[in-house]
Amino acid sequence: MSLLEVNNLEVIFALRHGDLVALNDVSFTLDKRERLGVVGESGAGKSVTGFAVINLISKPGRISKGTILFDGKRLDRLSEREMRHIRGNRIAMIFQDPMMTLNPVLTIGTQMVETLRAHRKISKKDAAKIAIAKLELVHIPSPERRLAQYPHEFSGGMRQRIVIAIALLTDPAIIIADEPTTALDVTIQAEIMDLLLELCNTQDMGLMLITHDLGVVAEVTERVMVMYAGKVIEVAKTSDLVASPMHPYTKGLINALPGHGECDEENRLQQIPGSMPNLTEIAPGCSFHPRCEFCQDICTREVPELRSLAGMDERKVSCHFAGTEQMQ
Amino acid sequence: MQTRRQKIKESYLLYSFKRDKVAMVSFTILAILLLAALFAPLLAPYNPYDTASIDIMDSEIPPSWTEEGDSRFFLGTDIQGRDLVSTMLYGLRISVMIGIGAVILQALIGIAVGLVSGYFGGRIDAVLMRIADVQLSFSTLMVAIIVSAIVQIAFGVGRYEQLAVPILIVIIGIAEWPQYARTVRASVLGEKNKEYVEAARVIGLDSRRIMFSHILPNTLSPVLVISTVQVANAVMSEAALSFLGLGMPVTKPSIGSLIDAGFEYIFSGAWWITFFPAVLLIVFILVINLLGDWLRDVLNPKLYKG
Repeated sequence: MSLLEVNNLEVIFALRHGDLVALNDVSFTLDKRERLGVVGESGAGKSVTGFAVINLISKPGRISKGTILFDGKRLDRLSEREMRHIRGNRIAMIFQDPMMTLNPVLTIGTQMVETLRAHRKISKKDAAKIAIAKLELVHIPSPERRLAQYPHEFSGGMRQRIVIAIALLTDPAIIIADEPTTALDVTIQAEIMDLLLELCNTQDMGLMLITHDLGVVAEVTERVMVMYAGKVIEVAKTSDLVASPMHPYTKGLINALPGHGECDEENRLQQIPGSMPNLTEIAPGCSFHPRCEFCQDICTREVPELRSLAGMDERKVSCHFAGTEQMQ
Repeated sequence: MQTRRQKIKESYLLYSFKRDKVAMVSFTILAILLLAALFAPLLAPYNPYDTASIDIMDSEIPPSWTEEGDSRFFLGTDIQGRDLVSTMLYGLRISVMIGIGAVILQALIGIAVGLVSGYFGGRIDAVLMRIADVQLSFSTLMVAIIVSAIVQIAFGVGRYEQLAVPILIVIIGIAEWPQYARTVRASVLGEKNKEYVEAARVIGLDSRRIMFSHILPNTLSPVLVISTVQVANAVMSEAALSFLGLGMPVTKPSIGSLIDAGFEYIFSGAWWITFFPAVLLIVFILVINLLGDWLRDVLNPKLYKG
């Protein structure tokens, strides 16, 4: 059994003019020490998936269907109190902007010690020792001194390291990283990604990396799940997905990556025409069909299921024509 | 590694304090007044509470520099023959005590209500804020008049004299807590959607911890600013109540009751009994307000002056 198993998850935001289905029948698994990428454009439901796993969907949203199994426990059924014990303890989360996620008026040490003491009965001294060890783990020089400093005394990259160190405090089984490098510059991005990769290997952690950067996903993750308009449309091993995308949307995403080739007509940067539909007014049939270059009659009528393809394990696509000749 | 002392030395607060003459003068005067109030028993030449040392024959002696003045009493004496300097020092002590006590009470109630109201929102917020509105719609004086009238009847005037200080603290404290509640609520509304609050929730902290150790410290600067103004307001409220005869009794006068006591004799020529306490009150309130203004400017980065 997998460490984390999400089945048929549906999340609904009750808005004044009707329900908005933010997640529609989302299922996935995450094994121990596995690194899963979640890719998609803004509004596809990546972050909502992350928040749903730790049962922290903010109002007016709620989980309306489906199950979330973690370590054999139904997370969607736990009380708030029991859930607090999981959050930040067994499953930690890292956010996009390290400038915002640290409390500006508390020292790093205070914030780390508090986190530890919220989950374990230990003295402040012992908590500080653990905090120092974790800061060392994320390569912060002279951590003892740093504990007494405030967030504004650190650079962006350092802050994200500290956020990661806070996530590591309780030795979680899974880290959910929600676009952890989007707010950082490119060189720092690479450092943080290397760090996350290294920590997954040394600390026995699973990683759920939410991003819109396929390059990062290709570098760090083992498996990847592509989302579109609240649905999972393709799941595959990262190497397979990058080498041969099956869903037209995934193809589009990969074609939209800048390459290293010459700057001529042929190598022009591709883009996917149109934009993602408003989630309150999704067209019938495949939600991608208005933008799809292979769109046929059936696509406008029937919703494609997420199905395995013949001869390909671990690979699922939701497209009527995936793997058929029309798509070549 | 910076020591705490170095940090204070290099802080913006101290820097701007040193550059602002008004703030420095206000602070000096306030410090002198507060120290004088604190050490009143040591500084005052006489003990105004000691009935044995008061001689009714000394009553209504004008300040010592006037023709009929007595060198024993620098600012003269009041109607009961008490030395005005000593009585004012003791009175300031009582006024400050009531002012600070009332503000602490206001802050405790107001911050708790404001935090809960802002953080949870919805129905809780609506109910708490309407209670605050109702409270604000009664004027402080009206509440005070009713409560102290009830207390005076219930406990008798004799007992009231002993209970006057705590009762005044409670009256003024309860009358003004909505000020804090509103200020804190407004800043909590601004803070609670910031990502560090969400991060704290993701870490698994409970609401109480998030409210008090994460959001509260971020809302403290407006609280600090209104605290200074509220101390001044509380001292003024107390003076107003005492002036109306509802505050401190004449045997244990605060600044307000001194002004009141002297007011009856102002037309018989004994102007000094009202005049000096009134000047003291005005100076005290003024320096606190000036300091409050300065503090507001310093703590609000949007108001940085070049």
